[in-house]
Order: sequence, then structure tokens, then C-alpha cells
Amino acid sequence: MFDWNWAFTWEILPRLIHATGNTLIAAGAGYAIALVLGLILALAQRSQYRALTFLVREFVEFIRSTPLLLQIFFVFYVGPQFGIRLSPWASGMIAIGLHYSCYLSEVYRGGIESVPRGQWEAATALNMTMLQTYRRVVIPQAIPSALAGMGNYLVGIFKDTPMLSVIGVAELIHTANAIGSENYRFLEPYTMVGLIFLAISLPAAGLIRVFESYVRRKLGM
Amino acid sequence: MTIFEFVGQYWPRLLSGTGVTVTQFLAATALGIAISLAMGLLRLSHSMMLRGFAVTYIEIFRGTSLLVQLYWIFFVLPLFGITVEKFTAGYMAVGMNIGAYGAELVRGGILAVPKGQWEAALAINMSAAKRMWRIILPQALVNMLPPWGNLMIELLKGTALVSLISVTDLMFEAKQINGTTFLSAQVFGVALIIYYILARFMLTPFMRWLERFMARKMGRA
Amino acid sequence: MENMSAYPQEISGENIPMVKFAKVRKAYGDLVVLDDLDLDVAAGEMVSIIGPSGSGKTTVLRMLMTLERINSGCIYVDGKPLTHMPANGALVPASERHLRKRRIDIGMCFQHFNLFPHMTALENCMEGPVQVLGLSKAEARDRTEELLEMVGMIAKMDQHPSRLSGGQQQRVAIARALAMRPKVMLFDEVTSALDPEVIGEVTNVIRQLVSEHNLTMLMVTHQMGFARDISDRVCFFYDGKIEEQGPPAELFGNPKKERTQQFLSAVKEAV
Repeated sequence: MFDWNWAFTWEILPRLIHATGNTLIAAGAGYAIALVLGLILALAQRSQYRALTFLVREFVEFIRSTPLLLQIFFVFYVGPQFGIRLSPWASGMIAIGLHYSCYLSEVYRGGIESVPRGQWEAATALNMTMLQTYRRVVIPQAIPSALAGMGNYLVGIFKDTPMLSVIGVAELIHTANAIGSENYRFLEPYTMVGLIFLAISLPAAGLIRVFESYVRRKLGM
Repeated sequence: MTIFEFVGQYWPRLLSGTGVTVTQFLAATALGIAISLAMGLLRLSHSMMLRGFAVTYIEIFRGTSLLVQLYWIFFVLPLFGITVEKFTAGYMAVGMNIGAYGAELVRGGILAVPKGQWEAALAINMSAAKRMWRIILPQALVNMLPPWGNLMIELLKGTALVSLISVTDLMFEAKQINGTTFLSAQVFGVALIIYYILARFMLTPFMRWLERFMARKMGRA
Repeated sequence: MENMSAYPQEISGENIPMVKFAKVRKAYGDLVVLDDLDLDVAAGEMVSIIGPSGSGKTTVLRMLMTLERINSGCIYVDGKPLTHMPANGALVPASERHLRKRRIDIGMCFQHFNLFPHMTALENCMEGPVQVLGLSKAEARDRTEELLEMVGMIAKMDQHPSRLSGGQQQRVAIARALAMRPKVMLFDEVTSALDPEVIGEVTNVIRQLVSEHNLTMLMVTHQMGFARDISDRVCFFYDGKIEEQGPPAELFGNPKKERTQQFLSAVKEAV
């Protein structure tokens, strides 16, 4: 390929691999936050308190319609203005976790709504509590239909981690930027980063599909 | 400084940034639609080569990050003798990225058109191109407009990344103002609200109107 | 809100009805589904509810199962209020807690079975006894296997609902409801979603229940022959009211009201 320097490629590879680790940690931690917070947001939107439902709905809409990049800046810079100093990692995890929790809450909601009404009624006829109904009847059935969306957003959060570079989280793009400006060579680092992303997200998407059908089979559906 | 004083002082820069964001959005939309259509159709082509080309394009652009693609186009393409001006690089990256997602929507929309429609078009001896253009695509368009609405929001949010190659959009202006004033809550807050207004009160209503308009045109409403 | 002082806080004395609807009214907006319904069902009685669609017959069962709230009136089960609870010497609408305490006496089978798709037949039947009644797994399993034996589903107890026919699913659903040992069983059009050739296997199970157990049962059905065979009493619903009721031989053999006659002859023609 044009002007490709293999020696340079090998030289920078360890740094990129190290940064890949950071990227995966950032994606994993952000996703963990999003999974939990998303469930809370989804259940809040199903609550009987109209005001709460409305507020959470609007909040979710707001977060989903505004750029993650801007949200990352907001979380990172607004804290210090009021005397709260958050590390790049902490702000990054809050921003990305919050952003994706809104997407996941929609996935959960869709999953819960896909469970037929008769299932709720059968649970009532067996005199189950609300908690038992969710835990034993609704959520196990909501998961298979939510899995595809949950998987997509896992890959999505992974692909959005490069935005954390803007506040100094040493993930892949941040490292590639550093390598590029130290050596005045951008071809190899950026191309390698692209390939690393492909090498992870393509198999991940495939694995998620396999997992999804496994869960469906396991639940006998 | 209250938010009103802030807006009073900085509105010209926020406005010009918003103008650039809207321009980037429109240019990326035009490019994105063209690519979606081309790749979506190629993806369904009988020729394995063309299909393979479309699949490769879609997987590469969906498998890597928009930010990586943007940097690659802006920093790496010049090494191949293709220098793209930053404004162009910005909407190119966003449009090409969204095009990959849109291609899947086009494909899905076309596949959702009942088989009888193809057969009826064939039965009146239409050419393959006419069948697609006059019979199938209009119906596919109605099928895929709702998910396109979400994609357009993602596109708008994606344009914020062009600030990272110094295109002077709303995100860029916000960052610059923050850098000189440190009024982070005000500037990022206002920017978030502007993006929200663009997405929720302009883009979404427009897409809804378009859905209704197309449905009426197709005699479905 | 309705003044509840006309309704007793508990029904006492001899021959307390197992189920009592007292002036129960249900409306969706302007549409009145049940209009001041009074209905007593004695312990051990089998009552069939027939009538044209939209006459409110399914709503009767759904209100008794507390799947629908009533607008006014009161429902009693075994002499105690179900839809209301006593508080400071008066009846007030039941809390979720009260409903849970009282609903334990009632079991229901649905038109579309509503088995839990992620559990096997056995697990479906054990779910209530283990999770709600707090039985040990071994106890629940004994109880459940006996019932699955009775409905003829013991051989398929480890299958998920998706692997069972409609008739088989409905038999499992009956076992699931019985496993809770309810005093009152509700059957809501349990054969309407079944293919004609498997209806018999479900009606036979219900016949067996009627002849061998002393359960109180309410059944909404479109199968007039079946209702005639096994009921102690048949209620013909029309427009949110009981138009006519009586022993099956009388209601089917010699209907008094014109609407009953019309309905029965229309049903006969369809057969």
C-alpha cells in the first residue's frame, strides 16, 4: 500500500493494544452503568405517578436528541464551575453511561411491552405480587426481544468511546492522535485503529446474534 | 452571568455555529440518502461482486467509529494525494457513515414490499429499472420513513463531531466560548438546548409531516 | 363516591353464597358493560353464563378475578367483601394488599390459556404454589403431578407450551389454576380458541371436575350443549343484564323471554 511503513506499524502496535484495553474497559464500564440506569428509567416511565413518568420521558428524549460529544463536554466542564472536579474517566463514564441508559430504557420498554397482556393477567390469577410478576413472568419474556437492541447498543457504546478522547481518556483515538503528532505519521495509527474497531465489532455483532438465539432456545421460546 | 445575559452577548457566534451545523446536516443528508439508495440497491443486486462491494462498504462504515472515519478522511486521504477541505471532509464522513446505516433501511424497506407487487409489475411487462423506480421504491419509501426519522436524529448528532477537525459548527463555537469564558454551564447548556430544538421541534415534526404526506400520496391514509 | 353504607361488611348466617355480586356496575366511559348486576352463586354450584358477544359475560369473570375494577356496587366471596375492605367501620375500595389476600380463593382459566412460555408444563403449575403459597418444591411437585395426571398431561409435563397443542395447553392451564386450591374456578371461553377436534379433551376435564369435586364454578361458554349437560344453573346475559336464568333444562327447553328464544334459535341455526 501507498507509503505504508511496516516497521513503524510494529513499533506502535503495543501502545495501540494497550489503548484497546482502555477502550474496552471504558465501553464495559459505560455499558454496565447504562444497563442498570436504563432499567430504572424504564420502570420509572411505567410508574403510576404521571409527573414522574412525564419528567423521565422528557429527560430521555432530551438526552437522545442531543450529541454525546456535547454531553461529555458538559459533564467534564460544568462540575469544576461549581467546585466539583471529576476525572476524565469519571466524567466520561457518567456521560456515556447516561447517554446509553436512555437508549437502553427504550429497549427495555419495548421488551416489556412485547409481553402479551394475558401474561400479566395469568400472573394476577395466580395471585402474584407486582415484583414476582416482573421477576418471574415479564422480565424473562422481555429479555429475548430486548437482547437484539441491547447487543446493538453494546457495539454502539464501544464505537462511541473515541469521543472520550476529547477530555483526555487514553483510549484508541487519543493514543493514535498522540502517536500521529509525535511522529508526523497519521496513516498507520488511524488505519490500525480502524482495523482494530472492525476486528472487535464485527465478531461481537456475530456473537451477540448467536447468544440471542441461544437464550431463546434456553427459554424454550 | 445569567443564561439570558449570556445569550445576549454571544448569540451571534452561537447563531453562526448553528448555521454551519444546519449546513453540514443538509449536505450530509443529501450525501447520506444518495449512498443509502446506491448501497441498498447494490446490496440486493444479482451480481455477487456488486453485492460484495456493498456489504464491504456497509460493514466497514458500521463496524468502525464515525470519529475514526472522520480523522481518516481528513488526515489520511491527503497522503494519497486526495486533499479534502475540512468543511467537505466533515459532511463527507457523516454522510458516508449514515449512508451505511441507511442502506440497511433501504434494503429492509424494499424487502418488505409484497412479492405480488413485483409480479404485477412484471405482468404488465415493465423493465427491471422501471419496476424498481416506479412500483417498488415508492412503497419501500413509505415502509422505511419511520426508522429514517431516528437515523436523521443520529445524523444531526453526528455533525457535532466535525468540530474536532475545526469546522466552525455549533459544537465548535461552544467549545471556543467555553475556552475563553469558562462559563461552561451556560455555553454547553445553551448548545444542548439548541440541538434539542433542532431535533425535537424541527426535524421530528418534519419527518412526521413527511410520513403523513407520503402515506396520503400513496393512498394509505 | 358511592355511599357504601347499604352494603354489609360481612355476610353471616346460614347458606352464605360463595360469590355474591351486589349491584355491580361497570362502564367504559359512556359504554355500560354491566348494569347493577345482582348474582349469587352457592358453594359447589356450577353456573354457566351465555349470551351474545358484548353482553358483558366475560366482564363478570374478569371483575371477580380483579382483572377489572368495578365502578360501583360490591363483590363478596365467601361472605367477605372482595372489591372493598372495611376501614373505620365502613367499606372502602380495596387496596392491592387486600386484593391479594382475598383473591387467593379464586382461580381462572383463559380463552388463550396464557401459559408462561418460558416454563415447562410442570414449572407453570408449580410456579404459583412455590412462589405465592410458599410451598416447598417437593410438596408443590406432588400436588402438581397429581393434577397433571388428572388432566392427562403427566407424560408431557417437561414440555414447553410451544410444543403443546391448544387442547393440551388448556389442560395444563386448568391444572395450573387448580394447583392453587381455589374455592371458586372461573372458565372464560376456554374452548373458543381450540380446534374442534380437541374441544372434547378440555370439556371432559371440566366434566370430571364437576362430578368429582365440590368446587364453585363460573363458566362463560359458547357451547350450549356442554352448558346444558353440566350446569346447575344457566344465566343468559343481554346488554349488561341477566335477561333470564334458571336450571338448564328449563332455560334451554322452555325459555320465557323473547330475547332468550331469539338467541337460542340463532345459535341452533348456526349449528
